[in-house]
Parts: sequence; C-alpha cells; structure tokens
Amino acid sequence: MSAGENDGSADRINGIKSTLRVVPDFPKPGILFLDITTLLLDPKAFKDTIDLFVERYKQKDISVVAGIEARGFMFGPAIALAIGAKFVPLRKPKKLPGEVISEKYVLEYGTDCLEMHVGAVEPGERALVIDDLVATGGTLCAAMNLLERAGAVVVECACVIEVPDLKGRERLRLHGKPLYVLIESRFEPTS
Amino acid sequence: MSAGENGDSAGRINGIKSALRVIPNFPKPGIMFQDITTLLLDPKAFKDTIDLFVERYKHEIISVIAGIEARGFIFGPPIALAIGAKFVPLRKPKKLPGEVISEKYILEYGSDCLEMHVGAVESGDRALIVDDLIATGGTLCAAMNLLERAGAEVVECACVIEVPELKGRERLRSHGKPLYVLVESQFLKGTLMATESQEEEEKMLMGKSISRVEVKNRLRQSFASFIDLN
Repeated sequence: MSAGENDGSADRINGIKSTLRVVPDFPKPGILFLDITTLLLDPKAFKDTIDLFVERYKQKDISVVAGIEARGFMFGPAIALAIGAKFVPLRKPKKLPGEVISEKYVLEYGTDCLEMHVGAVEPGERALVIDDLVATGGTLCAAMNLLERAGAVVVECACVIEVPDLKGRERLRLHGKPLYVLIESRFEPTS
Repeated sequence: MSAGENGDSAGRINGIKSALRVIPNFPKPGIMFQDITTLLLDPKAFKDTIDLFVERYKHEIISVIAGIEARGFIFGPPIALAIGAKFVPLRKPKKLPGEVISEKYILEYGSDCLEMHVGAVESGDRALIVDDLIATGGTLCAAMNLLERAGAEVVECACVIEVPELKGRERLRSHGKPLYVLVESQFLKGTLMATESQEEEEKMLMGKSISRVEVKNRLRQSFASFIDLN
C-alpha cells in the first residue's frame, strides 16, 4: 500500500516528494541516489512524514519500532515516541555493545550483516520496521528475521521511498509481510 | 550546565539515569561503555529525555539541529521536530551523497573525519549540536567547526551523558561554547572495577602501587582511543 490513496494525505505527500533530491552517480557511476537529507531540512515536510506514519500505526498496538542504521534512525525514534513504543536500533556488526544476535544477508556482490541486542525485543511483541528507502528488500528481510528470531511479530515494514523496479515489495510478500511507503520512485533506464 | 538543577526535572533525570546501562570491556578490556539503547526501550524515559532538551531550547530561536552519526541521529530529529528546526546529519566520510565539506580531527591514534552537506546550513543559522555522549569533546569540536565554516552560530552542544574525567566541557569552553548534559557518568569508579585482578584493584584504590593520577591517565588513554566508535 502507498499513502496518497486517502485524499487527506495527498497534499502532504506532494510536499514531501518535492523536498527529495536525486544525486546522480552516487555511490558509483550509473546509480541515481535518492537523498532524504533535503526532506530533513524542511520542518513541515519532515513533520508531515512522521505524522503520516503515526496516523497509520497509532491504533495498531505496535510495541516496538525497529530502525535500520543509519537513516532508519532519523525516522524511527520520532514515530516510536509518538505511539509510545520502544525504539530498537538494528546495526552493522560490532556497533552494539553487549550481547547481540546477528543476521547475515546477501548483497549483489558479497554479504552483509545486521545485529540486534538480545533482550531488546520480547516474544509476542508487535513490531514495525523502518528505513528511509526499500530497494531489493534484502535489508528489510534481514531485519524481519532478527525480530522474528526474538519472538516478535512483524506487523509491517515502512519506508519513505520505494524503488518499485527493484521488487522489494514482492520480496517482502514472499516473506509474508506488507510494505507501506509514502512515495514511489520510478526512473528512466540508465546505461 | 547539567539538568537536574531544577527540582521539576530531578525525577525525570533519575528515571533516565536508571534506564542507562554500562557494558564492561567494550569495545576492549578495561573500557566501561555507556549504553543508551536501554533508555530507548523505556518510552517514558526516552520521552523525558527529549522533553528536557526541548524545554531548554524551544525559546532559543534555534534553526538547525546537527546530529552526529549515528547515535546523534536518534536524539536530534525528535528535538528538531518539536522545536521546528531543520535536522542536519553530520556523517563519517563518503556517506552523504552530493557536495560536502569535511573536517578532520585528531584521535589518540590517527585521525577521523566528519562531513556535512554544502547548503544544509546558511549564514545566520543558529545551531544546536546533539550527540548521545561527550568524552574528550573532539568530535563535537569538529562538528562546531563544520557549522561555523558554513556561517552558522553554534548556540550550545547537548548530550545525554558526559564523562567528566575526559574534560570535554573544558575543551568546548576553549572553543568558546557551552555544554548541556542530562547525566554525568561515574566513569572512573566503574572502570576501576573492570581491572584484571582483585589485588590490582585494591592497590589502585589504596593508592599504594599506582597513583590516582596515573590511573586516570591510563584510563583516559585507553578510553580516548576508542571514543569515536560512532
């Protein structure tokens, strides 16, 4: 599901979309990088972003908001505070002190790893996973695995931006979980 | 200045302090790491943390909150949202897309670098810098330099935790800027408890084999070499 299907949010969505910027050839040639930092420079648009997520989740009995390092940290805590949920950071290896569980995941070239604190999440908790953008869905799947291994139920994954061509939504559907985004980003094919 | 000097906030400060945890021997032996993630698991304590900062700054005409990667990204945005300011992430090299300015700073062994987007901050912006913890103040000084190079005025630096033995407050004072924290950590006492043997600890405590100054210096060195684990 995408926001904007409800009339009340269309203006806010347009405002948010207009603050995003695309940075070509980052981090390498041929990539068009979707940059949310310009959204964070617009207090109204940033507030609208958080409000749209809060309106969706405040009645859903979410007890945990898990944010993926590092841009998930910019959105997750504000949502958690507004809905009275815990915030749990999901981090790259060796950043979290103390006992952690790790989930490896596959990248186009090589693998990466996401970690969560042992004890941060308890069995039966209802969790939301937050990141700025979903591409292939690989990182979100790793995040969901961590939460489920700790016994939580992932209610939904939420991102500001989706890149539909990279099929993250389908990947999450295979995992049995829905995706909610504010904005879809479609590009002309690049060489 | 530390919070808690106002009676109303004392109860909230105690709640916040009790939500923190110390992890011994992270990232290496002898270090007592101040972990704020347990604070984030306590919605009331986390809300109180943000509220205390917001109450202090909402009337100060702050137009920019700059948060230091990565734990500054957890506290900065909610403060920015509440006071209507921009949020600017200050990041490790090569993370920010587009044009950046860079500020190098010295660690105990080697150096590190902090970056900010060109154009994020304008001349005349009044800025607050936020991080979870201040140790020697090196990272905060790099952050202040970035903001000042872009023409902003740094009003204050704000952290949840201060480690007073590492003299960050003095370093900021040399830069001409004040520091505001909610909690001071009991770093030295806690670190003594992480020493390798009971006997060595007793000797340290009694000052017989190693002077207290020497203990402090050794601990400051070992702590300072990792403090930029952002």
